[in-house]
This record gives sequence, structure tokens and C-alpha cells, in this order.
Amino acid sequence: MAGLALDQLRKTYSGGVEAVRGVSLDVPDGAFCVLVGPSGCGKSTVLRMIAGLETVTSGAITIGGRTVNTVEPADRDIAMVFQNYALYPHMRVYDNLAYGLRNRGTPKPEIETRVREAARLLGLEAMLTRYPRQLSGGQRQRVAMGRAIVRKPQVFLFDEPLSNLDAKLRVQMRVEIRRLQRQLGVTTVYVTHDQVEAMTMADRLVVMNGGQIEQVGTPIEIYRRPATRYVATFMGSPPMNILPAEAVAGGVRIDGTVIPVAGIAPGTPVEAGIRPEDLRLAADGLAFRVAFVEELGATRLLHGPLAGTDVAVQVPAGSAPQEGDTVRLAIDAGALHLFDPATGRRLAQG
Amino acid sequence: MVENRRFGNLIPHLVLSLGVAVVAFPVYLALIGSTHDAATIANGQMPLWPGGNGIETYRRALTESGMAGAPVGLMLLNSTITALAIALGKIFISLLSAYALIYFRFPFRQTAFWAIFVTLMLPVEVRIYPTYKVAADLSLLDTYAGLALPLIASATATLLFRQFFLTVPNELVEASRIDGAGPVRFFLDTLLPLSRTTMAALFVIQFLYGWNQYLWPLLVTTRDDMQTVVIGLRKMTSITDQLTEWQIVMATAVLAMVPPVVVVFAMQKLFVRGLVETEK
Ligand SMILES: Nc1ncnc2c1ncn2[C@@H]1O[C@H](COP(=O)(O)OP(=O)(O)O)[C@@H](O)[C@H]1O
Ligand SMILES: [Mg+2]
Repeated sequence: MAGLALDQLRKTYSGGVEAVRGVSLDVPDGAFCVLVGPSGCGKSTVLRMIAGLETVTSGAITIGGRTVNTVEPADRDIAMVFQNYALYPHMRVYDNLAYGLRNRGTPKPEIETRVREAARLLGLEAMLTRYPRQLSGGQRQRVAMGRAIVRKPQVFLFDEPLSNLDAKLRVQMRVEIRRLQRQLGVTTVYVTHDQVEAMTMADRLVVMNGGQIEQVGTPIEIYRRPATRYVATFMGSPPMNILPAEAVAGGVRIDGTVIPVAGIAPGTPVEAGIRPEDLRLAADGLAFRVAFVEELGATRLLHGPLAGTDVAVQVPAGSAPQEGDTVRLAIDAGALHLFDPATGRRLAQG
Repeated sequence: MVENRRFGNLIPHLVLSLGVAVVAFPVYLALIGSTHDAATIANGQMPLWPGGNGIETYRRALTESGMAGAPVGLMLLNSTITALAIALGKIFISLLSAYALIYFRFPFRQTAFWAIFVTLMLPVEVRIYPTYKVAADLSLLDTYAGLALPLIASATATLLFRQFFLTVPNELVEASRIDGAGPVRFFLDTLLPLSRTTMAALFVIQFLYGWNQYLWPLLVTTRDDMQTVVIGLRKMTSITDQLTEWQIVMATAVLAMVPPVVVVFAMQKLFVRGLVETEK
């Protein structure tokens, strides 16, 4: 077992695309690290560089204290699970699991033991003689994980492993992957564009954007104290509302109402972020005309204009406002996130 | 449409049956002809029912040198060796060249691809004189190598394999790399098994291609005992100094059909799958 470290990792593809622009990251031994970000932000490229499937333009990758920049994928002590599983279609499940071990000259009895062990762990014992085409999506996913497990690697790499599954199975496999990883204690890097997956699975969440890391932290830290406006709006569904605001003496003025916030010099340009669940219906406050309502069952989402932008307000099921009503909204100072409009960085608040 | 289904099924069956009859009738005639004696056919009335001379005719055709100067048995052997060498040789060469084209980055890769592509426009008939010169200089005349080698280089097969390789997901290569399989291992353990149906389809097509060659074997063989059955058959029908024994010619024609038919039947399942399906 070992940790993984990336130091100022960069990747420029031969076409000139700068896919990864200086990524530094420490993944402690046994941690479950999730890279999340929109499509095209360079997550896969980072993962593939760790795996050794892409060359490194500059920077260093260290696995268990050993710099592996130029080591062949097979010798990096990693295992990877691909989005489309990449099972060998012409091999039975058993051989799919055993193939890597055979190539490394593992003795037969040892292979047998390890394959049976992995199959037991994943509930695949009855499928060992089947071909991949005879398996369901979820079972194939398991085989792909089995192939990673039998190698007993130092690092597991997952590239959007659940995106080909239906919603129900995805939730189920999410839990299962997490359970397995805890049980085996293998350091893991998991790539996804799905922020729910990222929030629920990560010990350590890394939000990426445009080839760079925006923020690293626990899911709760990232949700509670997003370091940039980008992170604030990317993590959370529905996304955080961003309102134009003005720093004045005694606080921040939004749409004519001053909310008391300490530590912001009057005149500083600011933008105010507020999550839909932090906007409360109140007797007094900002006027908000409900343009339309989304009924989500447990909660309701009110949409409408506020301070010149469209905002969403999350209210409990059974609350009164209907389309066309005008209501009053209260904002707690503690729920307010302030960002620099120019850089998008979070502003320190008292 | 639905209420017409019965009738709708009938018409295609009729048309197909008619087609089969048109194709099969000459074959039937050849088969019948080979069971009569020379005199029956020579007097101009082609019988429609089997005669009693079949066993004798086939025995003679297979063993006697007769009109073509070599027994049909030997010519069949020559044809089989040639066609097998061509089919297997083409598959072997094309697999390797397509593998190089798809999975390796080397200087002038694109040039190599186009060079192969251009040879599509240069079948043996077009380059026959230089090819003959080369074959003669290498003393390949009247050898199996001479019969097969010039026909082995194949752009068609290379392109077909290339097309197939392009459909193999790149992740399989990467999974293999992580599993510690180098280029040779990947080729043997993964690419080759996946290409099975494509190979089968190509084998059938190229075996028939090799079997039906006429011009090149005609040029490159002078000895009767090296000629292929297609050449032999042609020779039998155009001898001038003796009476053509048509029942033997018919028997030879029937015999010449047997190996291709066997190949097609044996490979039928794989062949069809190779043409219609891309296994992933
Ligand atoms: N092989 C490649 N050659 C050139 N550009 C690539 C290649 N792979 C990815 N890219 C580009 O690099 C950027 C990051 O891609 P990727 O790492 O796949 O993003 P993600 O996995 O976050 O969706 C994208 O702009 C993509 O177009
Ligand atoms: Mg990706």
C-alpha cells in the first residue's frame, strides 16, 4: 500500500491542446480521491498519465515514493477500470481476471486462489465460465473491478466506471465500490463528471476546471466553503445562486437590502452566492415573484428573478407559494458566500 | 401489406427458385454428362438422366494423364496447394501489415498506407510482364512458389483487416498494456482471436480467388505436372489432334468444383458472421 503524489503535472497533446496545466495533488495511503469536473477539463488525462497510458509533458508522478514518469503501465503497480470496462470479449470471465497475472508469470495455484478470492468478493463465482457478452452491464462492471482487484495493486484508477449503467444500478455500485475500497484499503483515484457521485464517494474531493485544480478538500468542506465561484456553482444541485451585490458600511447590499457581514471593506466589488436551500421564506425581506414551481416531492423549487438574475429557492413540500405569487425572502449572513467578481475567488469574511 | 403476406412470401421464393434452377442446371448437366460414355455425348444428344459409365469415367479422370497431360488428381493437388498458399499467405501478410498500420507510429506510415492502397489498381493482369520477368529471374517458373507468391500481396485483405482493427476499442489495447501484454502478446492473445471471423471470410474469398486463377498459372507453368485444374480443363476442351472425351471433361469440371464447395460449406457460418458482424 502506498500513497500517490502529483507534482506540477502538465500535459500538452501533440495537437497543441493543453489538457492539464500544472496539477499538484497528494493522495494519502488508502484514501479515496475523486476528481470531478465538467467534460473536457482534463480528468481522464490526469488519470491516464498516472496509469502510464499517456506520456507526461512535465512534472512528476510518485507512487509509494517511487517516481514512475517513464515506467511502463504494467510495472507501475496500478490497476485501471475503464468506462466501457474493456473486457477481453473472447475470454471467459476467469481468463479475463487471470490474464494479467499470467503475463507476470504468477504461479498457477496462486492465480487460481486470487481469482476465486476476487470472484467471491464480487459475487461472480457462478459466472467464471461465462463470456463477457453473456453478462449484464452490472456484472461486466464487476468483472472489470475483479480484474483490478486480483492484481493487488498499490493504486486503483477508475475512469467514469458507472456512466454506462442505469440509474438504479449506479447507486448500488457506488456503495459497493466504496465498500470494497474500504475493505481492501487500496489508494484510489476515481474520475467522474457526476457531482453526486463525487460528493457521496470521496474522502478527498478534487474539483477540476480547464486543466487545473480549483479546490481540494472533503466533500463537506467543498460544499460549505467553496474556494471559487466555479466550485460553488458546480457542486450542488440545483446550483448555488450568484447575485450581484455591493459592499457597504455594515455589510453587503443585495437588491436594496443590507445583510450584515463583517470584514468587507465598503466599495470592494463583490458577488454574493447563496444556495437555494439557504433562501428562507420570511415575513420581511427581499421581494421575489415566483415565475414557476418545480415539484420535487420532498421539496419544491421556486424559480424567479431576483436582483436582476434568475434564482432558485428550495422550500419544504406543502409550503404555500404558487406561480405568480410574490413572497419575501430572508438571507442569513452565515449562509452567504462572497466572491471577487474579477477572479472568482472567495473573499475572506469575518 | 400484412394481408398479402402469404402471397408476398410466394413471389420471392419463386424468383429465388428460378435463380437456383438457372445456376444449377448446367452443373446438373455436367454431372449427368460425366456418367455417360464418349459416344453418347459425341452424337449430340445431351442426355438428362444418369448413365452407367460414371465410376469408370471418374477413375480414368483421376488417374490417367489423358488429354491434359496430367491426371486430374494431380491437378487438383496443384490447385489446392496454390489456392491454400495464396489464401493463407494473403491473410498472414495482410494481418501483419494492417497491425503495423493501425497500432504503430513510424515514419512514413501514411505513405505506406497509400502505397498499399494504390496497388489495388495494379492486379496481376496489369503488371503481368514485369511480374513474369521477376518470377523467371528468380527461377520460380514451374514451382508452387511461382504460382502463389505474386498473387499473395493483397491490398484488399490489408484494408479489410485495417477496417476491422479500427473498430477494436482502444481501451482493449490499454487494458492489455496494463495487464503486461507487449505488442506480440496483444497481437496473439487478443487481436488474432478477435479477427477470427474476418480471417474466415477472407480465407473463403481468397481461396476461391486463388482457385479460379487462369492467366498467371497459364504463364508461369509449362510442365503438365505443375498445371492447375483450371488450366487443365481449358486445355482439354481445345485439343486438336484427338477426339475430346467430353465425359472426362465433365468429370473434371465436377471434380474441380468439389474443393471450393467444401471450403465454402466448412466455413459458411464463420464466413457469414465475418461479413455481417463486427464483434466487440
Ligand atoms: N489524445 C488526445 N489528443 C489531443 N487532445 C486530446 C486527447 N485526449 C484528450 N484531449 C483533449 O484534452 C482535453 C481534456 O480531455 P480529457 O482528459 O479526456 O477530459 P475529461 O476526461 O475531463 O472529459 C480535451 O480538450 C480533449 O479534447
Ligand atoms: Mg474523461
